Amino acid sequence: MVGKLLLRGMLVGLVAGILAFAFAHVYGEPQVDKAIAYEEQQAQAAGEAPEPEMVSRAVQAGIGLATGVLVYGAALGGLFSLVFAYAYGRLGSLGPRGTSALLALLGFLAVIVVPSLKYPANPPAVGNPETIGYRTELFFIMIVISIATMVAAVGLAQRLWNRLGAWNASIAAGLAFLVVFALVKAALPDINEVPENFSASVLWQFRVASLGIQLVLWTVVGLGFGAVVERVVAVRDQRGPARRYA
Amino acid sequence: MSDTTFAPTYGPVPIPVRELLPWAIFGGLLLMLAIYFIGAEEGATSLIRGMYVHEFVHDGRHLLGFPCH
Repeated sequence: MVGKLLLRGMLVGLVAGILAFAFAHVYGEPQVDKAIAYEEQQAQAAGEAPEPEMVSRAVQAGIGLATGVLVYGAALGGLFSLVFAYAYGRLGSLGPRGTSALLALLGFLAVIVVPSLKYPANPPAVGNPETIGYRTELFFIMIVISIATMVAAVGLAQRLWNRLGAWNASIAAGLAFLVVFALVKAALPDINEVPENFSASVLWQFRVASLGIQLVLWTVVGLGFGAVVERVVAVRDQRGPARRYA
Repeated sequence: MSDTTFAPTYGPVPIPVRELLPWAIFGGLLLMLAIYFIGAEEGATSLIRGMYVHEFVHDGRHLLGFPCH
């Protein structure tokens, strides 16, 4: 059963990756190009020799970008299916499509939105190469904390479910999540390595495009996976004890 | 009983953890390794010498939100 889910998850993730690549190519690449033009202009002004191109820009923006986004999409879909395999039947009486959509929403918030509020995506030319180790560490620490907090919040909502009812239990858990996030956001160090004269509009559009790519990925995975596994899951459920879907 | 469309006589049955665990460990590890190569190889840490992987997935790395040089 898990194997079937995993395979389907990776295939849906691959499709999500293809769509996200199209989105990235149209909305993301123009911002990357502008950032690289700025970087080259700065290097020229400083009298530095231009960096040798190991991989051409056309390859980076085409097959390179496609490889990155597709592999990421397939891996995301696979990991998502494993989380689904655990969560299914353990989140109240939600059916396969509801479970998939809810997990994608919570996952998008915990893995992408919340960490990026603290450490947003940056275009080329933003970021000091000497701090890459430090920044990468903080980035992953933030994601791990965010996921752990989300898992705890879902657990809290389930504990309060019977006493407060579904809505109030969820609101209480959501507030608890926000309080923890506010504390963590204050405790972790800030990073701002945007050059003084870097275009604010390019930075904004780059970050919106980056968030858009993730939104495409998670939406397609959340809605697509539920649709694709509905039948497989239903057949298995029918052999089990009599219960009801929400 | 040949009808497999949703009739409200059955509901979600969880998958036992012992059935899930081997998949989660091996699958999870491989998938995270894939994300590592896209997101962080030849950046903060490096398993392969050189910068080719980094340069090849450069745009994806930036746009997917990973810290990059």
